Amino acid sequence: MRKVAVIAIGYTKVKEHWGLSIRDLFTEAAIMALNEVTIDRVDALYVGNMSSGYCQHQEHLGALMADYIGLKSPPAVKIEAAGASGGMALREGIQAVASGLHDFVVVGGVEKMSDVLTPDITYAMAMAADQEYEAFIGVTFTALNAMIKRAYQHKFGVSDELIATLPVHCHDMASKNPYAQYPFKITIEQVLSSPFVAEPLRLLECSSPADGAAILILCPLEKAKKFTDTPIEIAGIGAATDTIALYQRDDFTTFKATIEAANMAYKMAHIKPEEVDVAEIHDSFSITGVISLEDLGFFKKGTAAKAISEGEIAPGGKIAVNTFGGLKARGHPVGATGVYQVVEVVKQLRGEAGKNQVDDAETGLTQNIGGVGGTVTVYIFRRID
Amino acid sequence: MSVPRYWREIPSRYRLIGSKCVNCGKTYFPPRRVCRECGSVNLREVKLSEQGRIITWATIYDPPRGFEKYVPYIVAIVELDDGTRIMTQITDCEPDEIQIGTRVRAVFRKIREEGESGIIYYGYKFKPLK
Amino acid sequence: MTKEAGIIGYGAYIPIYRVKACEIGKIWGNYNGHVPIMEKAVAGIDEDLVTISVEAAKYAIRRAKINPKEIGAVYIGTESKPYAVKPSGTIVAEAIGATPLVVTADFEFACKAGTEAFQACIDHVLSGRIKYAMAIGADTAQGRPGDQLEYTAASGGAAFIFTKKSNKTLAYCEGAVSFVTDTPDFWRRAYEHYPMHAERFTGEPAYFYHIINSVRTLMENMGLKPSDFKYAVFHQPNAKFPVKVAKKLGFTMDQIKPGLLSPYIGNCYAGSSLVGFAATLDVANPGDRILLASYGSGAGSDAFSFVVQDIILEKRNPIPSVRDMIGVRKYIDYSTYVKFRGKIRA
Repeated sequence: MRKVAVIAIGYTKVKEHWGLSIRDLFTEAAIMALNEVTIDRVDALYVGNMSSGYCQHQEHLGALMADYIGLKSPPAVKIEAAGASGGMALREGIQAVASGLHDFVVVGGVEKMSDVLTPDITYAMAMAADQEYEAFIGVTFTALNAMIKRAYQHKFGVSDELIATLPVHCHDMASKNPYAQYPFKITIEQVLSSPFVAEPLRLLECSSPADGAAILILCPLEKAKKFTDTPIEIAGIGAATDTIALYQRDDFTTFKATIEAANMAYKMAHIKPEEVDVAEIHDSFSITGVISLEDLGFFKKGTAAKAISEGEIAPGGKIAVNTFGGLKARGHPVGATGVYQVVEVVKQLRGEAGKNQVDDAETGLTQNIGGVGGTVTVYIFRRID
Repeated sequence: MSVPRYWREIPSRYRLIGSKCVNCGKTYFPPRRVCRECGSVNLREVKLSEQGRIITWATIYDPPRGFEKYVPYIVAIVELDDGTRIMTQITDCEPDEIQIGTRVRAVFRKIREEGESGIIYYGYKFKPLK
Repeated sequence: MTKEAGIIGYGAYIPIYRVKACEIGKIWGNYNGHVPIMEKAVAGIDEDLVTISVEAAKYAIRRAKINPKEIGAVYIGTESKPYAVKPSGTIVAEAIGATPLVVTADFEFACKAGTEAFQACIDHVLSGRIKYAMAIGADTAQGRPGDQLEYTAASGGAAFIFTKKSNKTLAYCEGAVSFVTDTPDFWRRAYEHYPMHAERFTGEPAYFYHIINSVRTLMENMGLKPSDFKYAVFHQPNAKFPVKVAKKLGFTMDQIKPGLLSPYIGNCYAGSSLVGFAATLDVANPGDRILLASYGSGAGSDAFSFVVQDIILEKRNPIPSVRDMIGVRKYIDYSTYVKFRGKIRA
C-alpha cells in the first residue's frame, strides 16, 4: 500500500453565502486548490456532503461538481456520513491513491445550509440520528448532545463554567482567522447567559448553520515533491462506526468510535497521543469537543474542561487545539468540516498558519464525527522534511 | 413522513414491541433481525416493560419542523425495567419536576400532526409516576 | 344460558389539566361569578379522543384481567373524532392489542354515544358471537369561545368491557331502554368548528323530557321504584341539571353524589355519564342496584339498571379510582387553555 500525501488545499470563507449556490461554493474552493499545483489530470473526485438532497433537492453531486470544476469526466461520487462526510470522503480518496488505482485525486466537502429555513435545518440535521425512533418523537441534534452533556455532568461533576471554556477558546483562535464564520472573542459570561437551545446546551455552546467548501488534492507521497515543496504525509488513518441512535449506547459520556478510530490511526502512524502537536477536533457542541479531547487520549476522562481552563490547549500548552476556531467559531458547514480540519492541520504543518502558528508543528491530528458518534474518522498528518 | 413508514412501525410505536435474542438475552427496541452482541439471527418479538427511569434528558426550545406548537418539550432516554433503553418525550410535567432517576410510565399520546390535512402520528410518551 | 350481560372490567381517564370556570369568566366579562361548574378538565396539547380512549381502555383491560386479543368489538362513542373520516376505533383497537379480529365502529349521538355503544355491546355478547365487547364513551369537547358552553365543555372518558354475566363479572345489566325523538336542541353542521345550541330549549323539552321518560319507562318495565336503587348516575352537562332531574324522578342527593363529578371536571360529553358510572362502581358494594341514564342532544336518553356483583371488591386496587385520578391536577390559565385546544389559528 503506497503512502499518500496532501499536495494542495483550497477553501471558502465560512458564512451564509446568500449569493453563492452549492456548485459555486465548491468551484471557488476547487479553483484555489487547483491553482496551488500544476497537475495535468485528476483521476477521481470525492465530494463529502450531508444534506444536498434535502436542502437543495440535488443529489448526484459527484458528477455535478466534476463537471463544474472543469475536470475531464473522472469517476466521481458523493460520500455521506452525516457530519463525518468530509472525513469519510477523504478516506475514499486515500484508498484510491494508496491502492495504486489512481494517482491524483480531489477530495472536497461542501454544505449549503442557508438555502432552507431554521426549522428545516434543524429537521435536516436530525437525519443524522435515528429517524424512526429519535427524530420521529421530536428529538433534535442539539437535544441529543444536550443529553450527553447532562449525563457527563452527572457522572463527572464538571460545571457549566468549565465546559464553556472550550467555545471561548475556539473564538479566541478564530479572532485571528480571516475566513472564520465568527472571527471574534466571546466570554464565559456571554456563553452562560445565552439562551437555551436544548437545555442544558446554550446558544453559544452550539455551532451554527453555515455554508462553505474545502478541497484537498492527494497524490502518492513518492511523487509529491515534484508538485509541492511542502507535501504533508497522511501517516495514520482510522475510522469506526457505532449505533447511530444515542439511546442504544451503554455510556453516553464517551464515543467508542472515536477511541477505536484514534487507536487505529495512532497505531498506523506509530505515535502516542502525547506526540501530537496540533489537533483539529470536532466541537459541534461544547460537550462534544470536551469528550473528544478525552476520547482521543489527550486528557483523562472528566478532566479535559479543567485542562482547557488552565491553558493546556492554547498554542504553547500541552497540545494546540482548533487553532483556526474549530466548529464553533471557524464554522461547521457540515459535510465540509472534515476537510476544513485537514486544510487547517496542513497549514500548521506547512508553517502557513499565520497568527496562531504553533512553533515547529510536526505532527497533526484531525477528528471528524458523524451524528453523535455514529461515525468517527481520525487522521494523523506528518510534515515531510 | 410517508404513510407507509409510519404504519410499518405501528406495533412498536403503539405497543412497545421490541425483540429479544434467544441466544444471549439482549433486548432491542425497535425490533431487530440480527443481534449486535452475539451475531445470532434467532430473535423473537417481545412486549417491553411500560415503566422505567430517566437516565438523561433535555428540554427543547428550538424545534424541528412540525413540532413548533409543542415547545418547550422534554426528551429523555428512559431505561425500562427490563433493561431496554428507549428515546421518548416526557409529558404532563415541567422540566423542574424531573431528574436523572425519576421513575416514569408509558402513555399513549399524539406525537404530532401532518398539518391540518395530513395524518395524525400517535405513539408512546412517558410521564412521571406520582 | 344467561340472559344478562355483565361488565368484566372498566376504566376511566381524565386529563390532568384544569381551567377554572372563573378564569374563563374573567376573559369574557362575567364578573358576577355565576358559573355552572367550578373547573373543567382540559386535554393536554398531545391528547385527543383517541389517546383518552386508549388510557381508559387499558385500565379496563387491567381490571378485567383478560387477553386483549379476545376482545371482539371496540366501539367508541364520541363527537370529537380527530378524523372526520377514518375510524378512531381502529387506532384504539391497535393500541390495546385487540386487532385484527375485531369489529370496530365510531358511534355518534352527542353525549349518549357511549351508552349507545353499551346497547350494541350488550347484544353482541348475549348473541354468543362475541366473547368480550368494549364500549368507550369519551370526548374532548369544544365550546365556542365566549359561549355559555365554553365553561363546561371538557375532556375525559371511560371504557367498559362487556361479556356474558358470570361470577367473573363485577356488575350485570338487568334492563335497558332507549328513548329517542327528533329534537334539535344542540348540533354542529359539517365544516363548522363549534356547535350551536338552542339555549333554554335544551332544558325541559330536551334533557329533562328524554331522561325522565327513559328512566320512568325502565322502572315501569322492571317494576322498580327509585328507592330500589342504591345509586343513580345521570348525564351531567353542568352541576344543576343532574340534581334537578334526580329530584323530579324521586332520587336523593345521597344516591347521585358518588357519580356527580361535573362540578370538578366539567361535561366530558359522551364520557360524562360513563365517568360518573365508573366513579360509582368505585364505591359500590355487591348487591347494589345502579341506575345509569345518559342524554344525547338530537335527542335521546339511554337508561340502564345494573346490579353489582361480589367480585367487585377484588377489582378496586391497584387501579386508581376516578376520584383519585381527579385529585391529580394542574391548573392552567386561559391562554394556555386556548393554545392546548387549538383555538388560536396560527
